Amino acid sequence: MLDFIARRLVSIIPVLAVVAIFVFLMLRLTPGDPAAVIAGDNATSDQIAAIREKLGLDLPIWQQFAIWIGDILHGNFGESFFFKKTVVELIEQRLEPTVALAICTLIFAIVTAVPMGVIAAYRQGSIVDRVVMGFSVLGFSVPSFVIGYCLIYVFAIDLGWLPVQGYTRIETDFWAFLVRMILPTITLGIIYVALIARITRASVLEVLNEDYIRTARAKGLSNRVVLMRHALRNAAVPILTVIGLGVALLIGGAVVTESVFGLPGLGRLTVEAVLSRDFPTIQAVILLFSVVYVLINLLIDIGYTIFDPRIRY
Amino acid sequence: MSATTPEDIVDSAAIASASTKRRPLWALAIRNPSVIFGGTILLIMVAIAILAPFLGTVDPTHIDPAARNKKPDTVITYRLEDGTQAKRTAWMGTDSLGRDVYSRVIYGTRVSLIVGVCCAAVAISLGLVIGLVSGYIRWLDGFIMRIMDGLMAIPGILLAIALVSIWRAGLITVIFAIAVPDTPRVVRLVRSIVLTVREEPYVEGAVSVGTPTWLVMFRHILPNTIAPLIVQATFTAAAAIITEAILSFLGIGIPPETPSWGNIMAEGRTLFRVFPHNILYPGIFLALTVLAINIMGDGLRDTLDPKMSKKV
Repeated sequence: MLDFIARRLVSIIPVLAVVAIFVFLMLRLTPGDPAAVIAGDNATSDQIAAIREKLGLDLPIWQQFAIWIGDILHGNFGESFFFKKTVVELIEQRLEPTVALAICTLIFAIVTAVPMGVIAAYRQGSIVDRVVMGFSVLGFSVPSFVIGYCLIYVFAIDLGWLPVQGYTRIETDFWAFLVRMILPTITLGIIYVALIARITRASVLEVLNEDYIRTARAKGLSNRVVLMRHALRNAAVPILTVIGLGVALLIGGAVVTESVFGLPGLGRLTVEAVLSRDFPTIQAVILLFSVVYVLINLLIDIGYTIFDPRIRY
Repeated sequence: MSATTPEDIVDSAAIASASTKRRPLWALAIRNPSVIFGGTILLIMVAIAILAPFLGTVDPTHIDPAARNKKPDTVITYRLEDGTQAKRTAWMGTDSLGRDVYSRVIYGTRVSLIVGVCCAAVAISLGLVIGLVSGYIRWLDGFIMRIMDGLMAIPGILLAIALVSIWRAGLITVIFAIAVPDTPRVVRLVRSIVLTVREEPYVEGAVSVGTPTWLVMFRHILPNTIAPLIVQATFTAAAAIITEAILSFLGIGIPPETPSWGNIMAEGRTLFRVFPHNILYPGIFLALTVLAINIMGDGLRDTLDPKMSKKV
């Protein structure tokens, strides 16, 4: 087991190395002097010269990479000239809304999608199954911002039940925070629900054909016990995999959802950074999101062995 | 090996003739109800895109300050080139620059379909070439797959955003920025097929009689990838249309004057509370198109690639 975790940890090194090289090359691939690009349009020539010095732009490219990666491993992501802050400060400031949104969405998606998928599989071919599958195709087809604006129009503008946009910090007012999280969570969650429900249905369907399910029924267990203890538990591996892979959708969706609902999170920061061509911030955000994505999938891989003792690496 | 008996020869001839009589896959595919349903909606969209100038539209980029922010079904008076006045109905209203939303939505069909088709074509061709090389040339395999793993570790939309920020926005750069994140998935698919097929006796046979590598790939391996790739292409195209809309909506996609559905919605954001039609109508077209492609893709997968449909 420890051996497996160690091997899995080693295997993410080349992946993260490729990500780091790509993020490093991003700035070198943009047309123009990287120092001038970082400094932005209003920089003085002294500022540009200082950045040039700091990045070591006169050195060979592999030395530049070594300097850059050394800085990053020390937690120094550079300075955002556009926001006039260090990138780390900027990210700390914007972290809370994104993490809150991601956690709310994850809970919402799992709590709704897994039962949907199980019921659809249990009643395969019924109306419920068709509705769930139809919803799932629809969820993939309607972009999240269209869903977001429809929700805003109906629940915030027309009915007036919920606030339109904006964010309240958790420590300021927890209730207000929750109320403002409802619409963004549903908006971001729909594609995730569609994905998880579809996989849950498919993997439960496969398990329901197994001999041990027939045995469980034959010995008189209730449907609920058969479904939850025997079917769902054995179907857990593909469901977990998809929850992990879906984190990529979640991150991409957060960029859009935060823009629609005016949440001051990392997604919004990414868009602002691209619009102002603030490269140190873009680089840091991409690195951060990719590392989180890789680590979550690593944890899930390790989690398999707990959910499914048959898996031994 | 035992000697071939006359019975064997008869048998294989019978099998050969039976297999030629078997209905070809595409004929099965076009009978699938999902393919018919999705394909019909898609054909209507293609017709709309081609016939855009003849569907009662005006110039989608024409700015008319006198007709700003009109609700749907408003009658607009405008001046013709010869100075006379004419009236027309803005079925979907106008945006905050006075451009006709109906015309923009209709012309937007062109942009979205072009983006969908081109992204799928770019991702599939890049993925096919890299996947064939990776699956067939052993010593390159590890290197290529590590790069692909790395690219897949960056969430798709973020990678697209990063590429757009490097290249600056335009139709071509947006197409490539959307296609590149989709490529590793195609590479993996092609590679896995190549790895299975290369062990088949007919490939071994071809190699043993001295067929050059490129010919083995082209004649014996490539045909096996076509059905799964067609299925993959539909899903790639559907996702690409959504990603383009997202990029344009965020203001980092195709230049804002171009009538694309994402741009129309981006423009409508600020006055959304009063004029929701600027987001509603392009949203409906977008969802309908993507839904049609996804439904068609599901049908194609069920008929062309039954192995994949079991895996969902």
